[in-house]
Amino acid sequence: MEKSGKKNNRRDFLFTASYTVGAVGIGATIWPFIHQMNPDSSVKALATTEVDISQVEPGNSITVLWRGKPVFIKRRTESEISEARSVKLEELKHPEKDEDRVQKPEWLVMMGICTHLGCVPLSDKGEYNGWFCPCHGSHYDTAGRIRKGPAPVNMEIPKYEFVDNNTIKIG
Amino acid sequence: MSEHHYTPSSKFGKWFNDRLPLLTLGDHLASYPTPKNLNYWWTFGGILTFCLVTQIVTGLVLAMHYVAHADMAFDSVEHIMRNVNYGWLIRYIHSNGASMFFLAVYIHIFRALFYGSYKSPREIIWILGMLIYLLMMATAFMGYVLPWGQMSFWGATVITNLFSAIPLVGESIVTWLWGGYAVDNPTLTRFFSLHYLFPFIILGLVVLHIWALHVPGNNNPVGIDIKKPSKDTVPFHPYITIKDLFALLIFLIIFSGFVFFSPNVLGHSDNYIQANPMVTPKHIVPEWYLLPFYAILRSVPDKLGGVVLLFASIFILMALPWLDRSKVRSAIFRPIYKQFFWLLVLDVLVLGYVGAMPAEGLYLLIARVSTAYYFLHFLVILPVLSSFEKTEPLPLSISAPVLTGNSNEYK
Repeated sequence: MEKSGKKNNRRDFLFTASYTVGAVGIGATIWPFIHQMNPDSSVKALATTEVDISQVEPGNSITVLWRGKPVFIKRRTESEISEARSVKLEELKHPEKDEDRVQKPEWLVMMGICTHLGCVPLSDKGEYNGWFCPCHGSHYDTAGRIRKGPAPVNMEIPKYEFVDNNTIKIG
Repeated sequence: MSEHHYTPSSKFGKWFNDRLPLLTLGDHLASYPTPKNLNYWWTFGGILTFCLVTQIVTGLVLAMHYVAHADMAFDSVEHIMRNVNYGWLIRYIHSNGASMFFLAVYIHIFRALFYGSYKSPREIIWILGMLIYLLMMATAFMGYVLPWGQMSFWGATVITNLFSAIPLVGESIVTWLWGGYAVDNPTLTRFFSLHYLFPFIILGLVVLHIWALHVPGNNNPVGIDIKKPSKDTVPFHPYITIKDLFALLIFLIIFSGFVFFSPNVLGHSDNYIQANPMVTPKHIVPEWYLLPFYAILRSVPDKLGGVVLLFASIFILMALPWLDRSKVRSAIFRPIYKQFFWLLVLDVLVLGYVGAMPAEGLYLLIARVSTAYYFLHFLVILPVLSSFEKTEPLPLSISAPVLTGNSNEYK
């Protein structure tokens, strides 16, 4: 009895060890087949975009592509800035100060993607003089904050910096 | 099929199985009575199934990143090698996987030749196998064209031009194959489409191949008919599954050796030069697994004759069950056939070697002699042997020689 019990233990150990090695091996083999669908290095290499903004007049905006998505660069007028700053935070669905959404008050740099289901909103439309998404009717104000409609949060601010007065580097 | 009836133990299992008898199929596969004397040459069926699945899975992934366009194909392959996460690994598995697939299939075919597995009642299994082999060659050839390197382009040109040897309609057929007046973008895109399709046809044929195998059951090293199930058989699971897995493991070590340590040794460096319709490489050769047939093609100093002989060398194999009429299957009991078998192996290896060499001088002479011998083997030696060879006595069962202690019955 004692002898056979001992044998079983050795065998159990061998089984467990074999299954473990097998599972690790299969996992290590499967990983490349999953990881190959992640962004490849040619996609990652496009992680930053530099934009010349010297030609943008106040009140106008340009749309540039960064990582395959549109980014709105809006040169806001004085009235648009004051409109954005006069709103009380309590009135906002997703309370954020305008000061926290811009680096220079004149320039609003923002992902041009509606936070509802990813459409591109139309500029200078909607009830708040900002953006309006034609897909499901979300209204954004002049700071790109959601004011009305199904979108849950404000439009996203990407990482960006002013390289000089005329150039923005996004990403 | 297995004689006993299978009833699932659970109520749900029974309910499901009455509607779709998958569990019965699973039970059949697990308990499938297998001759207990199968040696390691019999593990290549499982290895080949693994190869097919590997090629399909890696191919599926490559198709996500590859661009089938004459201007972009070459760059997209480099993109896979440099940018795609683990793209180099997946591509090297796919390209070396083709070679490993053929290595395994050649061993599998020669095993059938040695042990007479193509003979009655297994002719359909054999013919299905030959169809699979034919489709494998077509698939591999078209796959080799896809990277759009120099070897791809000129290989495609030469192989498609084979059809121009057909009298009267040859030229039209080649134009039709190309979709133009030379190998170009339309050729590439259709090759990509068919290269994607064929493996699934192969998969279907493999299912039929295995189905046909499960009707009479496996042949075995002594090549005699056995009672199933009996003392001469073991259930497929766990006895054969574990043996197949062990053999697969050894096979994978060799496979990995190629993939990780010399991934390009079986390829041709000229295929890393982008296709150029203005310049043919100095010395163009197909992949190693097609070399014997290439040697046969070049050994005939006539365009049509070479092509006819090339196709004949493959189709003659399909007639094998009727060319070799000896009732004894296994070469173990056929002292003369056994020697001719090894001569044929040597002959095919020699053909492969001269296929890689320039078609001139001594090489050409050797190629011609070997080609003649290849056909002599199937058309003359086998039919003659069937009548004249004095075979050794067969054991009554697999167990008999062991149980009676008469080990001279078979070795």
